Amino acid sequence: MKRFSIGKLTLPVYSVLAIAFMLIPIVYTIVFSFNNSNRGNTTWKGFTFDKWLGVCNRPDVCDALGNSLLIGGVSTLIATILGTALAIGLVRYKFKARALVNLALFLPMATPEVVLGAGLAGLFFNLSFAPGLLTVIIAHVMFCLSFVVVTVKARVQTLDPVLEEAGRDLYANPNQVFWKITFPLLLPGIVSAALLAFSLSFDDFIITYFNSGEVTTFPKFIYVAAARGVPAEANVIASAVFLATILLVLIVQINGAIKRKRMLKNK
Amino acid sequence: MAFAAFGNSSATEHKGPTKSGGIVLALLMPGLIYLGLFFFTPLFSLIITSLEAPAETGGIGEYVYAFNVENYSYVVQNYLPQIIRSFYYATVATVAALLISYPLAYFIGVKLRNRPLLKSLMLTLVIAPFFISFLLRTIAWKSIFSDGGAVMQLVYNLGLMKPSEHFLGSDFAVIFGLTYNFIPFMTLPLYTTLERFDVRLLEAGADLYANPYKVFTKVTLPITTPGIISGTLLVFIPIAGDYVNASRDFLGSAKTSMIGTMVESDFLQNWDYPSASALSVLLMAVIVILVATYVRSAGTEDLL
Repeated sequence: MKRFSIGKLTLPVYSVLAIAFMLIPIVYTIVFSFNNSNRGNTTWKGFTFDKWLGVCNRPDVCDALGNSLLIGGVSTLIATILGTALAIGLVRYKFKARALVNLALFLPMATPEVVLGAGLAGLFFNLSFAPGLLTVIIAHVMFCLSFVVVTVKARVQTLDPVLEEAGRDLYANPNQVFWKITFPLLLPGIVSAALLAFSLSFDDFIITYFNSGEVTTFPKFIYVAAARGVPAEANVIASAVFLATILLVLIVQINGAIKRKRMLKNK
Repeated sequence: MAFAAFGNSSATEHKGPTKSGGIVLALLMPGLIYLGLFFFTPLFSLIITSLEAPAETGGIGEYVYAFNVENYSYVVQNYLPQIIRSFYYATVATVAALLISYPLAYFIGVKLRNRPLLKSLMLTLVIAPFFISFLLRTIAWKSIFSDGGAVMQLVYNLGLMKPSEHFLGSDFAVIFGLTYNFIPFMTLPLYTTLERFDVRLLEAGADLYANPYKVFTKVTLPITTPGIISGTLLVFIPIAGDYVNASRDFLGSAKTSMIGTMVESDFLQNWDYPSASALSVLLMAVIVILVATYVRSAGTEDLL
């Protein structure tokens, strides 16, 4: 048995405290979704389920949520298709301009949002293209694209080309090879890329603010409302999205961890 | 690790089919054309707009191209405090995020190596903030640190601050919010490098009579440098361009305005597109230079 020492406890205790610190505002946001508040939501006025049961009593909150879901869905779909193609092309084929393509994909991730937002808005303005849903979707696809490429690329790199060769040896045509072998093997990577793209789009504020015109998304609603006080209904939506996502991630993570644990045991 | 995922190509590559240029083009072109249209064209358009001058016959918000370099000296003169503040906030918050994240990433990546369930749980909690609006989380801190709140009452009673002083609206509050919001972006790349870190090297160091401090600076730190670099870039760049935390409706005040604050007000409220563009181009230029020198001096050329 190991000797007990305070030194050994420092790191675990620190880590738990650090995580607890990260969770404070999350817990606060969820708790205040149950606040029986009228205007503003800064002081505790008592517990109620009303805000959860009647989120759309604030139609502006619900509209903003609807816009965010629509923008997130469409942007994710387009960015995932374009990004997956790019990732496959980059890993599987050798060509001279690869370094240049890598740099071109890296740059959008290294550019501050305010520059991306102002740049696109300036372009749309110069072209007299009115900002709205379409311009927001164009912007979101643009900044999600590189993140999709990075995520899918990691998956393509772990893929053994021998499997595709085997398919070709068995007289599968290129179409069949892709849909029966490559795509199913890449799917976990594509799904995580899509989830990442959706969460980036759903939570984006700065780029959206520059390119949305009259359209309000959920983050934009909160930013504008922050001046007068954010209604508890916004907390309800954020909390619901959070709880659903965290549940999904936990199920996936614990599933994977249990599988790994079994593999460790069987060794 | 987003940044390292690019570049270091040849090492892990498979020898796939290399012929068929047609397929490559079909795979790459749609995405690249998209980036060309909606990333590179806007950057170019920013540079053009940053050189415009007010149209003589036009009204507010109308400008014509005039190679007007004075826009740059104008924004440097007028927005110098915001420029300095942005990079000051970004530096302090990045260092703070690194110091807070490193032990945490070390614990998850090294100490929990043989506890997959606990490790997954901790990792999930590290990324948990991503799943709830960062604006609402920042507003939560604002409420927690409001003058009448319990936290500030404690601070005042302990004499840490005078009752006449406020936490909200101070440099410290903005740096606090920025640090908080970007900690996961630091923890994740650090975790990725620490997870692959061979702990036997620590024993080797100890066997050679190095004390724990020396083992850390001579072994652990150099090996985890790639993680530190990608984490630093992932945190520093967005912070330098952020203006939400510094906004007076969030944790800041009129005295904490940043570059982003000025770009937003010039662009969306004052319709002063040339100034907003010049400031954006400056920010972008400084960041490109910083990234290039940082990467070069740290010796990880293959990062880009």
